[in-house]
Amino acid sequence: MSRTLRILIPIALGILVLALWEAAVDYYQVQPFVLPAPSAVWIAFIGNFASLMTSLWTTLSITLAAFALAVIGGVALAVLFSQSKPVENALYPYAVVLQVTPVVAIAPLIIIWVGFERINVALLIIAWIVAFFPILSNTTLGLRSADHNLIDLFRLYGASRWQILTKLQLPTALPYLLGAMKVSGGLALIGAVVAEFVAGSGTATGLAWRIVEAGNRLQIAKMFAALGLLSALGIAIFFALSWLEWALLHKWHESAVRKAG
Amino acid sequence: MAKRFESGLEAIRRLDLEVADGEFVSLVGPSGCGKSTALRVIAGLLAPSEGTVAFPGGRPEIGFVFQEPTLMPWADALGNARLPLELKGVSRAEAEGRAKRALERVGLAGFEEAYPRELSGGMKMRVSIARALAAGPKLLLMDEPFAALDELTRQALNDDLLKLWREDGLTVLFVTHSVFESTYLSTRVVVMSPRPGRVFDDIALTQPAQRDEHYRMTAEFGREAARVSKALREAIEEGSE
Repeated sequence: MSRTLRILIPIALGILVLALWEAAVDYYQVQPFVLPAPSAVWIAFIGNFASLMTSLWTTLSITLAAFALAVIGGVALAVLFSQSKPVENALYPYAVVLQVTPVVAIAPLIIIWVGFERINVALLIIAWIVAFFPILSNTTLGLRSADHNLIDLFRLYGASRWQILTKLQLPTALPYLLGAMKVSGGLALIGAVVAEFVAGSGTATGLAWRIVEAGNRLQIAKMFAALGLLSALGIAIFFALSWLEWALLHKWHESAVRKAG
Repeated sequence: MAKRFESGLEAIRRLDLEVADGEFVSLVGPSGCGKSTALRVIAGLLAPSEGTVAFPGGRPEIGFVFQEPTLMPWADALGNARLPLELKGVSRAEAEGRAKRALERVGLAGFEEAYPRELSGGMKMRVSIARALAAGPKLLLMDEPFAALDELTRQALNDDLLKLWREDGLTVLFVTHSVFESTYLSTRVVVMSPRPGRVFDDIALTQPAQRDEHYRMTAEFGREAARVSKALREAIEEGSE
């Protein structure tokens, strides 16, 4: 019962707000280029369905590719750091520099270097930079967090470094990695959107560009439709990663246990 | 044997100890007397700064039980008990069989697929002991294994440990700060004094072959415990001077 309510209440609230919004726009005769009614947004969505879906696909594929590369690269580099302190000392500061430099500031440079004819590669790199660091730093922390007594026990039984890494450090790091992935999945989307904004006119074809374009033409309803899709995409990514976390951890990890209880 | 850490901390000044096959030796002493360090040096996890640890007949198979159960939370009881065999490259089928028997011996038959979070403190410690037994050790090193458990669980585990010790002909080195536990379990109690650690007294106990609930209540047990207790008190006084 409480579970059903927990789902129903926010949905009911959403419907109520949409209804009030519709009524208010109608009653006060608000101009559609200031605030379109939900029904107008829906009409714009249906009317531009094909182009919006193409844009959704562009943004989605850049986001997912950047995210996948961030996970692979972040984990690989974290494993390398865990195996060699000198490598960590040499590279970590640069990873931090990459992280703290605002991505909007480097984006134009990356786009120029990669070239407008390969704009999607440039967008991918920008989104990757944003998504990469949480994976690296959390996985590094996770690999270091292995129980010291367990490490002693592994050594007592003559375990190799590879065995300690695969049977102890990586499983220890898994909850850290999954937590980072939830942050990073959202960041990859933000990175992709920011990159599209920076790339600007005529080149990028993702959802962010549809928003800019619709804004320029005062097609505010279409803008809202694209914005709604963008939110839906972010929500879908978050839920997919939450599900993954649950699927991998619910048997043994405390965080997942509490959620289930 | 002596151990001084790189930080300059002198953990053990002099530990001269000879343990015969099949003995149950408790190391008793206040905190800071280097008991745990001694176990780690004997296990080969730390190198002694001076002296040696010698095993006539070669280094035996060693089992180690920590103060905490120290289980892998992502593996079930069987997976945890199987670990030493897995690391040694024993085939999976054989490792499973041996780990399963080890779990049965500590009273956990039927809990093979339980994850650590589903087990009580005492049961987790039993898994930890099963893991130490799985590889068939000759020497069992235990570092205050039951310190965090309630009294009843602790007594049950003490009795089970004695049974395993007798059945397997194990040699046990047991670190504790409990006078009663060491008196109940051991054939011999080594009392250490703190900062830096050294052997203060070495007490051979006269123990009945069968120790159980009743033995804990006898005057004989009381006398033996009093001997250990007195030596420990003197060791602490000496350490604080």
